[in-house]
Amino acid sequence: MALIKTEKLTLSYENMTVIENLNFEVKSGDYLCIVGENGSGKSTLVKALLGLKKPVGGSIEFGDGLIQKEIGYLPQQTSAQRDFPASVSEVVISGCLNSRGIRPFYSVKERKTAAENIERLGLTELKNRSYRELSGGQQQRVLLARALCATKKLLLLDEPVTGLDPMVTAEMYGLIEKINKSGVTVIMVTHDMASALRYASHILCLTENKDDGFFGTAAEFLESNASNFLKGGAANGQDTE
Amino acid sequence: MGKILSEMFSAPILVRALIVGILVSLCAALLGVSLVLKRYSMIGDGLSHVGFGALAIAAVMNLAPMAVAIPVVILAAFLLLRLSSNSKIKGDSAIALISTGALAIGVMAVSMSHGVNIDLNSYLFGSIVSVSGGDVVISVILACAVLLMFVFFYTKIFAITFDESFAKATGINVNLYNMLIALLTAVTIVIGMRLMGSMLISSLIIFPALSSMRVFKSFKSVTICSAVVSVVTFVIGMIISYAADTPCGASIVCVNIAAFAGFFIAGAVVSRSK
Ligand SMILES: Nc1ncnc2c1ncn2[C@@H]1O[C@H](COP(=O)(O)OP(=O)(O)OP(=O)(O)O)[C@@H](O)[C@H]1O
Ligand SMILES: [Mg+2]
Repeated sequence: MALIKTEKLTLSYENMTVIENLNFEVKSGDYLCIVGENGSGKSTLVKALLGLKKPVGGSIEFGDGLIQKEIGYLPQQTSAQRDFPASVSEVVISGCLNSRGIRPFYSVKERKTAAENIERLGLTELKNRSYRELSGGQQQRVLLARALCATKKLLLLDEPVTGLDPMVTAEMYGLIEKINKSGVTVIMVTHDMASALRYASHILCLTENKDDGFFGTAAEFLESNASNFLKGGAANGQDTE
Repeated sequence: MGKILSEMFSAPILVRALIVGILVSLCAALLGVSLVLKRYSMIGDGLSHVGFGALAIAAVMNLAPMAVAIPVVILAAFLLLRLSSNSKIKGDSAIALISTGALAIGVMAVSMSHGVNIDLNSYLFGSIVSVSGGDVVISVILACAVLLMFVFFYTKIFAITFDESFAKATGINVNLYNMLIALLTAVTIVIGMRLMGSMLISSLIIFPALSSMRVFKSFKSVTICSAVVSVVTFVIGMIISYAADTPCGASIVCVNIAAFAGFFIAGAVVSRSK
């Protein structure tokens, strides 16, 4: 059984259909990259997987004991403001909230999970620092640690490297790869085609024209028509020069 | 000083005002941290204006003021929450629309009721005389509700305040908590309004949180500090108001301004010395 399987999934805002009849599946241990132009519905799909957006048609099924609220999520844009007073450890441990009922304080186990993830992402030195005093890359790592606290099975990352410099981006990809190797399934939205092809086991390409979409392994993607827009883009670039 | 305090505690009106005021400041400060960080502080201001309108109409129609004001302000709180979570810019002007509208209706009601004796000044700027025994009971209940909510849901309130969409994804019923916060804010404002006046009550929500954020850097320390700042500035303000015979609402706000200035300087010094 797949971890996630969608069938004829259709998502829309009011009357505008963003995604239509989408089928794909993610197995345990996969590294799926979702690519596509701006506005092709990547973030919308992510929200549907998280249960924040109701499908208007089709279904999303979870298998392998995955529970929807136990997905570790890294939002494209946090609604958190830049000047929010919160320490790094407060932010990270707030990822543990999905596994608890009404109890006033965090349990020893939750504190341990948070400490492990702080260590795993190399945040130990920063853990008492204020979130608002960190650089964009450090903040992103804190949010990744928070997402890891929420899950043992699946990470859902919406453009995790946007706005990061090349060094930090490479570091981030390294971390995500390590996390994936340790058995956590990764679904990542990205515009960075080269890295998607380098790290991903599967690619899901969303397009404006719903029929041109693609889902398959990274190798299949390179040979398919869907990757044409990459080549097309390059060709156009040459024409204008 | 000792004499002033013993005098204050021997007057039942003042004791009532102190009890209600301390509890309301505590609640306002705790709720305020969340409201300020979520950029909802304008809602507090809007609600106090609605509260003024409701109180004025209740007085003119000779109804029990609290029985009218509390439900009306709660309704307004839900409405404003709705508006401001839908779309930011429209929400902003919607708040201004509702608050000035309610203020105008209140003033009209007061001016048309020639027979009724209404002290407009005490509605707008507060007075300790208007605090009743019923207010004491409601504010004790309210304070218990806010404190319980903060102890039991502290972690969730943090998550919702910090990042609503992540909180939603982890299965927290964000709307429910937002409504709970709106409800408690509404009640806090209506009770505090009698003492502070509708023009000044939102300062109890905003000042302590902003002051604490100058110096403290974690959510927990900011929350605790605002609660302390709020209660301390309230008590000092009341003492000044009694000793110098100034209006209590304005005195408390002035003490808060001084506290903010102090925290501002302290914050600057701390970050400079790093
Ligand atoms: N809350 C919303 N209400 C109405 N329409 C929306 C909303 N959010 C997104 N849309 C529309 O849905 C479409 C898909 O948006 P989405 O955010 O999923 O795109 P995306 O693929 O994530 O783009 P990007 O690469 O820029 O992040 C867009 O046309 C957008 O205008
Ligand atoms: Mg997006």
